[in-house]
Amino acid sequence: MTETETIARWVVPGARILDLGCGDGSLLRHLWETRQAPGYGVEIDDAEVVACIRNDVNVLQMDLENGLAAFADRSFDCVILSETLQAIHRQERLLREMLRVGREAIVSFPNFGYWKARLQIALGGRMPVSKQLPYQWYDTPNVHLCTLEDFEALCAKLGFRILERVVLTDGREVGTLPNLLGSLAVYRVSA
Amino acid sequence: MNAPQAPLESPGSVGAVQAKLAKFDVPLRLKGGGVLPAYEIAYETYGELNRERSNAVLVCHALNASHHVAGFYADDADNVGWWDNMVGPGKPLDTRRFFVVGSNYIGSCFGSTGPASVNPATGRPWGADFPVVTVEDWVEAQARLADHLGIGRFAAVMGGSIGAMQALQWALSHPDRVRHSIVIAATPRLSAQNIAFNEVARQAIMTDPDFHGGHYYAKGVVPVRGLRIARMIGHITYLSGEAMMEKFGRQLRRAALGFDFDVDFEVESYLRYQGDKFSTYFDANTYLRITKALDYYDPAADFGGDLSAAFARARANFLVASFTSDWRFTSQRSREIVKALLDNRRIVSYLEIDAPQGHDAFLMEDPRYHGALAAYFGNIAL
Repeated sequence: MTETETIARWVVPGARILDLGCGDGSLLRHLWETRQAPGYGVEIDDAEVVACIRNDVNVLQMDLENGLAAFADRSFDCVILSETLQAIHRQERLLREMLRVGREAIVSFPNFGYWKARLQIALGGRMPVSKQLPYQWYDTPNVHLCTLEDFEALCAKLGFRILERVVLTDGREVGTLPNLLGSLAVYRVSA
Repeated sequence: MNAPQAPLESPGSVGAVQAKLAKFDVPLRLKGGGVLPAYEIAYETYGELNRERSNAVLVCHALNASHHVAGFYADDADNVGWWDNMVGPGKPLDTRRFFVVGSNYIGSCFGSTGPASVNPATGRPWGADFPVVTVEDWVEAQARLADHLGIGRFAAVMGGSIGAMQALQWALSHPDRVRHSIVIAATPRLSAQNIAFNEVARQAIMTDPDFHGGHYYAKGVVPVRGLRIARMIGHITYLSGEAMMEKFGRQLRRAALGFDFDVDFEVESYLRYQGDKFSTYFDANTYLRITKALDYYDPAADFGGDLSAAFARARANFLVASFTSDWRFTSQRSREIVKALLDNRRIVSYLEIDAPQGHDAFLMEDPRYHGALAAYFGNIAL
C-alpha cells in the first residue's frame, strides 16, 4: 500500500480534485488515469510547474501561503495536501481554506512521532534525519513538524471530522501503535 | 497524451518571410457604431497548414508591433520579427508542427487599413475621421482573415499585453473557433492608473501644434514632440523600476552634472532615443486609437462587472502567464482571469514567472517561460 494508492482509493471516480503542492503532477495524472478525476494542481516551483505542463496536468503557479483566494467555496470534491503540511507556515488558515473550497480534504505528512525520530532525539540527542525528512535542522523547509496526536488535536480544535486514517511505514499499513510505528500518516477529513 | 515531438535540433529562424495583404469588401460594423466599408489586413504566415487544417496558431501583437512576428525580410535582414525567440523551428511555438499566422490589427500603421490609409469616401487619408476601433473589432477582422485562409478553428490564439486581450476576446467572441487561448502579461480590464498613463500619452500627442486635430497628413507634418513623449511615458511603464535601475542606475551621460537641462543621466538619453526612434515610424492617430482600445476593453462590462459571468461562454482551454515584476498589468490582474476561468470550470494552467524585466518580460527569452510554453504547445493534439 502506498500513499498514492490510499488517496486513489478514497477519491470517488469523477471527483473534482485540487492538489496543493502538486510537484510534477504525477498524483493528479494518476487520479485522472485511474479514477477519471479531473483536477488542478497548485505548485510554486518553476521546474515542477513545467513538469506538470509536460505531464498534461492543469497547474496553477501560486503560493499556498497566500491562501486559496482563487478558488470558490465548495468548488472541489476533494482538496489534497500531500506531504506539504509540514512546510507551511500558517497551517490553521490553510486547513480551514481547504475545507472551504472542498467538501473533503486529504492530508498526509511524515509522522514526527515515528520511533526512529523519537530515538534520534531521545538517545542521539540530535534532530531526526531520515529518508522522509532528509534535511538538517538549519536547512529544512519543514517548519511545522507534527505527530499523529498533534494533527488530531488540531483537527479537534478546528472542528474537523476525521473520516479515515491510514498510517504507513515502508509501503505497509500500520495497525498497532500507529503514532510510534508509522512513518507517514494519511487522513481524510471534512468540516 | 504527449504528442510525438519532432527530433530536437538547434532552434532556428523561419528564414526570409514576406508580408501579405488580404482585402475585404464586406463592411465591418464596429463596436463604436461606425462602419468600415472595406479594409485590408496585413499578415504573415510561417510553417504549413496541415491537411486537416488543425494546426493553425494566430499570434496577436501588442501596441507597437506588427504582423512581422518571426523571421526577417530578404531585403532587410536586420528587421527581425518581434517574437522571433518564441516562433520558429525548434522554438516554443514550433513552425515545423504549427502553421503560424501573424496578423496586423486594423487601425495600425504597419499595413492594415488605418488612419493613414485613404478614405474611399473622400479620396484623402482618413486622419481624424478613422473610427475608434476596439479589441472586439480586431477579433472580428481577424476572424475574416481566418475565413480567407481557410482556417475554421485555431489550435491556439496567443498574445502578450494587448495581444493577450485579443487572445482572450477570441475565446469569448468565437468560442468554437479556438481550442487554446494563451494569454500572457494580460489584464481583464485597465486600472484607473493604466488609463491615466494612456491619457497623458494622448494629451502629449493632441496638444502638439503639429497634430492639427488629427489631419496632419495633409499639412505634411508629424506631431513628433507628442509621439516622443507618449513613447517615453509608455516605455517607463514597460520596465520594472528594478530593471531600469539595473540597466541605467544613476550613470551619467557626461563627465559631470551639467547644472543645465541637457541630458545628464543615461536613462534620460535612453528615453529620448526611444522617443525619437518611435516618432519616425509610428503614426500618432494609430497611437491614440490603440490606447483607446486598451482603455475600452472590459469583457465584464456587459455582465455587471462580473468577469466569471463574462467567461461563461468560453470553451477553450487556457494558459495564462504573468510576470511578478510587471507593474503595468500585475500578476494580480492575471489571477483575476484565472479565477474567472476556474469559476467556470475551464481547463486552465497559470504561470507566475519571477522575472525582473517588468511588462516587457513577455518578449524576453527565459527558460522557465519558454520551457512551459514549449511543453504546452507540445501537448496540443493536431
